[in-house]
Amino acid sequence: MSGAERINVRVRVNGERREALVEPRTLLVDFLRENLNLTGTHIGCDTTYCGACTVLLNGRTVKSCTLFAPMADGGEITTVEGLSTNGTLHPVQHAFAECHGLQCGYCTPGLLLSTLHLLNENAKPTEKQIRKAIAGNTCRCTGYQNILKAIRMAAGEMGKR
Amino acid sequence: MYAHPFSYHRAKSLREATELLQQLGEESRVIAGGQSLIPLMKMRLARPSALIDINFIPGLSEIKNENGELRFGALARHTDIETSEHVAAIPILHDCAAGIADVQVRNQGTIGGSLAEADPSGDWGATLLTLETSVVCAGPQGERTVKLEEFFKDAYTTVLGREELVREVVVKKPPRNTGGAYLAFKRSAPVYATASAAVQLTLDDKNTCKDIRIVLGCVGLTAIRAKQAETELRNKRIDEQSIKRAADAAREAAEPQSDMRGSADYKRTLVKALVKRAIAIAVRRARGEQVEAGHEYVGR
Repeated sequence: MSGAERINVRVRVNGERREALVEPRTLLVDFLRENLNLTGTHIGCDTTYCGACTVLLNGRTVKSCTLFAPMADGGEITTVEGLSTNGTLHPVQHAFAECHGLQCGYCTPGLLLSTLHLLNENAKPTEKQIRKAIAGNTCRCTGYQNILKAIRMAAGEMGKR
Repeated sequence: MYAHPFSYHRAKSLREATELLQQLGEESRVIAGGQSLIPLMKMRLARPSALIDINFIPGLSEIKNENGELRFGALARHTDIETSEHVAAIPILHDCAAGIADVQVRNQGTIGGSLAEADPSGDWGATLLTLETSVVCAGPQGERTVKLEEFFKDAYTTVLGREELVREVVVKKPPRNTGGAYLAFKRSAPVYATASAAVQLTLDDKNTCKDIRIVLGCVGLTAIRAKQAETELRNKRIDEQSIKRAADAAREAAEPQSDMRGSADYKRTLVKALVKRAIAIAVRRARGEQVEAGHEYVGR
């Protein structure tokens, strides 16, 4: 990597200003994991399919394996590390734990952020809207039923706040 | 997976983007949403030496509704189009935008990038070819407007010159009593469709088809206009028999390849079924009915 062009990428992650000097080809997911040490965001398929690397960029979900880090420069990012506050789980996290919406947990960070994005846009999603919202997140363990249950519960809990 | 190293250039204006294309030469490429280009680069199927990022150019993602036209800035994301109130008046555009890949990809992918990429399995080509669509291309000598029919030349190939890029996509609003539908069949949300059918038709009384366009996606090097299928319906009554004749003609017009998504024969059969259903939905919509349509996959 020595000698290759590097550019500075500045973002705000989970409310904190962060920056690093990286090669332009650095993927956003590697920037988060390797440069910023935020390893909660996972790399699954690395081919824009599975959604394990889903994060919020400027309020919208993206697959962070399919973005070069410089493209996110100046952006506001939320990763799974930014969901809980002072040790208290976010209602979406709580619902996934409560409903057993995970088994191995590898896909969970991505699913949490896809759920949060859905509920931010649509507080009372229908079953069909929930399914559409997580169509870009693959889970190889659960068979999705408890994930759907968790999202319905999270919608209910967030609606009360 | 890592792309081959490249130099990164951020354009602040369209003019700067075309200047960079001139300066950086043959091996440079424009990047918009990156949802096709980045996977290609990671698989090393594309290895540009320089990328010109146009995402920071202001005002390039607007959707305007003026003078009987919808004008999409090149950077309008599929999600912006899906949720645009202007687009609701042309249901076929919503069908397409709302089902491309998955939420994450729709949040990032752009209409301009999709057309410029000219992937034979792209959704926008087939959809927009059923409408009066033109592409505004910006280059060092200024702008030119190209009809979409003339924009696509071959798989992954458009009329865009080396130093040109898409600025805007312009769609003329269809006349009254027009309806359309885009149906795409895929095995799961994030993948490309196996086959797709786009139909846009105008009725002159309740049963006669005044005009029609039928375009097939994923079953040729570019989207294919099924002209014989259109002839089966133009100026004719739309009934079960004529729809069947059109669907049969569409099946013949398809030029699919056997691949991991299915055999050529399977895709032809799929085309026939999709065209048949798309016509039926288009007719209902032309009569003012609200009907849901779009991409279909397991677990929907």
